[in-house]
Amino acid sequence: MKLSNLAILTATITGVAAAGFAASHARTPAEIAARKGQMQLISVHMGVIGNMARGNIDYDAAAAQEAADNLAAIGMISQTLLWPEDTAGHEESRALPAIWEDRAGFDAAWDDFSTATVALQGVAGDGLDALRGGLGGVGRTCGTCHDTYRASAN
Amino acid sequence: MRRLVLVVSALVLIGGGAVIWLTRATPLPPESIAGLPGDAARGEDVFWVAGCASCHAADGAEGAARLILTGGQRFPSDFGTFVAPNVSTHPEAGIGDWTFAEFANAVQRGVSPEGAHYYPAFPYTAYALAAPQDIADLWAFWQGLPAADTVPPGHDVGFPFSLRSGVGVWKALFAQDGFQVDADDPEVLRGRYLVEALGHCAECHTPRTALGGLDRSQWMAGAPDPGGSGRVPGLTPATLTWSQDEIAQYLNDGFTPDFDSVGGHMVSVVRNLAETTEADRRAIAAYLKALPPRP
Repeated sequence: MKLSNLAILTATITGVAAAGFAASHARTPAEIAARKGQMQLISVHMGVIGNMARGNIDYDAAAAQEAADNLAAIGMISQTLLWPEDTAGHEESRALPAIWEDRAGFDAAWDDFSTATVALQGVAGDGLDALRGGLGGVGRTCGTCHDTYRASAN
Repeated sequence: MRRLVLVVSALVLIGGGAVIWLTRATPLPPESIAGLPGDAARGEDVFWVAGCASCHAADGAEGAARLILTGGQRFPSDFGTFVAPNVSTHPEAGIGDWTFAEFANAVQRGVSPEGAHYYPAFPYTAYALAAPQDIADLWAFWQGLPAADTVPPGHDVGFPFSLRSGVGVWKALFAQDGFQVDADDPEVLRGRYLVEALGHCAECHTPRTALGGLDRSQWMAGAPDPGGSGRVPGLTPATLTWSQDEIAQYLNDGFTPDFDSVGGHMVSVVRNLAETTEADRRAIAAYLKALPPRP
């Protein structure tokens, strides 16, 4: 009897430890990976346009237009399914609780990005000054959202 | 016995007097600010670099709304939550009825027109290093700003930090004259003035001691985010490896060299610095590149 109690206790401890180990080494939730990929996709295209605006590379109307088209396409991805509640506070994410406390505000911030990318798409091929104006509009929406809804890096 | 009582009473009086003396509010010498004419156009540049709107405009204000210094933003800290006051030109709700001397003493000494200490959430220890002419120009610009009649709630700070005389002790311990970094290069010197005086960058980018003073041995080495999430990054060459160009560009358009975007309170700082000159953004970058590396 005593022996079997010990066996059950040992099994329980092992099981709990294993579950804990599994939880701490769980794979990154697919939604978080997708969000990071989406941001990466944005930064690659912003880089093409931003480096032209900064004068680091020559203005190229066709490349600017292609990058702006893609940004506008990314802006059309609805965010509803990418930010489930159970990813709040995940250690691999800098998403702040404010996203889930103020979902309407967060969605509006993404809509502002979406609107600004469409405006950029409309002017990207019209020369460097027009591109700079459009980029400024998009950049403001990045900052506004990251001010409120993203934690500082560690 | 009676003599002992007298001696003790005398000592208490002297001790109390010393504490009052040590914690008194000391205004600027009147001759340092008398008769300075202000240039409003130059003052606008001071306004943006000094970051007044970042704390005193309404939370989330954008565009022209950043010129309405209505107050109300909340700043959590280890000592309680500070609430930015209305500093608009409204004569009752704001500071519209102040004199230039009262303004200069508030900004550079942390002393109110009534002679009380302001909490150092207001970065007057940095502004103390500013040129009096810049403060006069800033005040001239201020006169053209709108009036807002909102009165924000007071600070939410518990005992003993609610005692303002304690701020006098804090000032005696932590306020200091002079710049942190030695430099000869004119661009680095200009950057030092912008960073250490007007821009008060160290207020967030330098860690603090348990009593809330800047730990100057870790100047600009990064610190916990006072808002509670993540860290404010270090800016010395030990951690910030961007080129001078990349730093200056970030301060203008808010993008890192990898085109990630600025976040947190720095969003507002970049909006301010986008209003100043390319030369000044490059000077700030030159100063950061010249900092002694600290982890």
